Parts: sequence; C-alpha cells; structure tokens
Amino acid sequence: MMINILLFANLAQQAKSERVSIEVKSPLTVEEVRNLLQNEVGKLSGIENALVAVNEEYVDLTDQVNVGDTVAFIPPVSGG
Amino acid sequence: MKNFNITAEPINNQDVIDSVVHHNAGAISVFIGTVREMTGEKQTKFLHYEAYVPMAEKQLEKIGIEIQEKWPNAITAITHRIGTLQISDIAVAIAVSTPHRHDAFQASRYAIERIKEIVPIWKKEHYIDGEEWIGNQQGTKSYPAGHPEEGVER
Repeated sequence: MMINILLFANLAQQAKSERVSIEVKSPLTVEEVRNLLQNEVGKLSGIENALVAVNEEYVDLTDQVNVGDTVAFIPPVSGG
Repeated sequence: MKNFNITAEPINNQDVIDSVVHHNAGAISVFIGTVREMTGEKQTKFLHYEAYVPMAEKQLEKIGIEIQEKWPNAITAITHRIGTLQISDIAVAIAVSTPHRHDAFQASRYAIERIKEIVPIWKKEHYIDGEEWIGNQQGTKSYPAGHPEEGVER
C-alpha cells in the first residue's frame, strides 16, 4: 500500500523528483512520513521549515496519514 | 471564468475585474503584482513561478471567503500566473468590489498579504549571476541549500 508524496521548489530540486511514492503497512504520522521520505531520497535541507498538506489541506506533524493519501511538503511560499 | 485561478497564460486584468462587477458595488479596488528588475543590488533577468495548482486555487478561494467574512458584500477575484515571467509581466491580479471604497482598498491589501502567507506558490529568481528559490517574504528567508551552481543558466 502506497502513500504519494509531492515535493516543490527547492525540495523537489534536492530530491531530483516532484513525486515520490513510499510503501507503508499501516497509518502513520506526518512526521514519520517526513522521516521515511528522507530514508528514500536522502536528507532534504529545509524540510523542517516546510508546512505539510494532506489531500490539499494543511495539517500538523502529529496528524495521521492514511494509505492512499497525498502528502505535500510546502516550503515557505513566495507568490505575489 | 472562475474567480480564483492559477494560469500559465498571460493575465488579462479586465477579465479579473469583470468577475467582481456587481450592481451594488460602489468601488472596485485592483492590485496588480509585476516582475521587478532590481531588488537592492540584485538584478533579475526573469522569474519562474511554480504552484501546487489544485491546492493553490483552493487557498485563493479561502482568501475570498475570509474577505467576505471581514467585509460583507465584498466580491473577490484573483488570478496568479505560473511559469516563466519576464520583467514587468503581471504575476498576480486581484480585484475586490465592495459597496464602499474603504472596504475595497482594505480587502485588496488583505488579499495580497494572505497570498504571501498561505498559497502554495513559489518564485524562483533568475538573477544575472545565479538563481534562488525565494521563501517567506515576510522574513525574506531564502534557502541557499540545494541551489545549483551560481550562474548555471547564463
């Protein structure tokens, strides 16, 4: 069972990918996803400053991620 | 046209304004954000904007809802462009109509400040002598790590 991870801006640049899928066996926290992601693609500098969205809504690090969810790491935004 | 859009096309200001026209509006305040060449000593060649498009459009809608809560009867429309923009290109157009002008001025200001806080859009500066992703303009915090070598894209 997979969760889909989206990366943007400098995080995508470091990971050399905008999308990463990781295999999980059971629900886990956002923070655990962040750790698993970096096991997969290597240390992502600045990811601790990124906000996180699950299925397009901002969440906290302690919130739960379920199988099939899309988790996006949102570095500090700079629109406008 | 929807009221809240992320687009890869050049922005037509009039389309954004037309979206907020209302017979009970006495004012439409328009904010247009454009690409600046000089930021202090830094000279920009061009910019690249990237967005998490579906979420960015949802967050723009949220800003519209927040504005309606703060300024009843306000109607908001926002279009933000992504992709490569040249100097003086329009990056964002905001229009807010309200019954009275005071609210329109306040609400359009509120909209641009909120965009810079909660909407997943990122700007990459391509300077004469390098490039960097810009983050958190409130603190103007940028992230040197992960940048390509200076001057890669000359």
